[in-house]
Amino acid sequence: MSRYSRRKILQVSGALAGGGALTRLSIRPADASLAMMEEAVRKAIGNAPIEKGKVKLDLPPLVENGNSVPCTVSVDSPMTATDYVKAIHIFNEKNPQPNVISVKLGPRAGRANFSTRIRLADTQTVTAIAEMSDGTCWSDDIYVIVTLAACVEDPKP
Amino acid sequence: MIGRALIHVPATAKRGDVIEIKTLVSHIMETGYRIGVTGQPIPRDIIDDFVCTYNGEEVFRATFYPAVAANPFISFFTVATENGTLAFSWTDQQGATRVQTAQIKVE
Repeated sequence: MSRYSRRKILQVSGALAGGGALTRLSIRPADASLAMMEEAVRKAIGNAPIEKGKVKLDLPPLVENGNSVPCTVSVDSPMTATDYVKAIHIFNEKNPQPNVISVKLGPRAGRANFSTRIRLADTQTVTAIAEMSDGTCWSDDIYVIVTLAACVEDPKP
Repeated sequence: MIGRALIHVPATAKRGDVIEIKTLVSHIMETGYRIGVTGQPIPRDIIDDFVCTYNGEEVFRATFYPAVAANPFISFFTVATENGTLAFSWTDQQGATRVQTAQIKVE
């Protein structure tokens, strides 16, 4: 697991000059903290209040390989010209970046449902938020245990 | 580089039916967070935009972030309204685009 280059390690230890420098080697790169996630959510949907319900996020609760996790979001909506889902966003807490995917749909979709495969860097909560045509936002979240994390394996030499 | 795409669209459908479309495109989706053998970070290389149009009208669009797995798979739904062409286009962060189409016959 070469998360840090030798140069970076030297920079960090140099900056700390002695003493506790070695303990710093175990720090991880900045994760998408809750604050970052909140910021990303607000950037995507604005200031609308988010309520629980209507959205169903489907992920396996125990993931063996975080590099490719099947993921389905479905939203309870009639998908008519006046009442439809505008957008669905997926966010995570602990990957290096809080956004996962954002999709835009409309009445032409017929069913507010999509599937994809995502990467998860750690055991964490994944959240899906749906924006409706009337401006309301609904969400669902799921706690996922990841045994092999994405993004940490060494690349092929 | 965006590789070959596999697309599944039903060949025929009844007017008004909700049909499922599945697409898979070959792409490395390098996150930019991994360190290479030389100790330098491997630069990010991702597809960031996917659009599906039905006879020219946009029916589905997705924005991908590095957390989308390699070889992005996406499945979604649309209403079969008329005979025509479904066009799928993937655009990577350099702006290169791959477009592939599928025909649908609506009765």
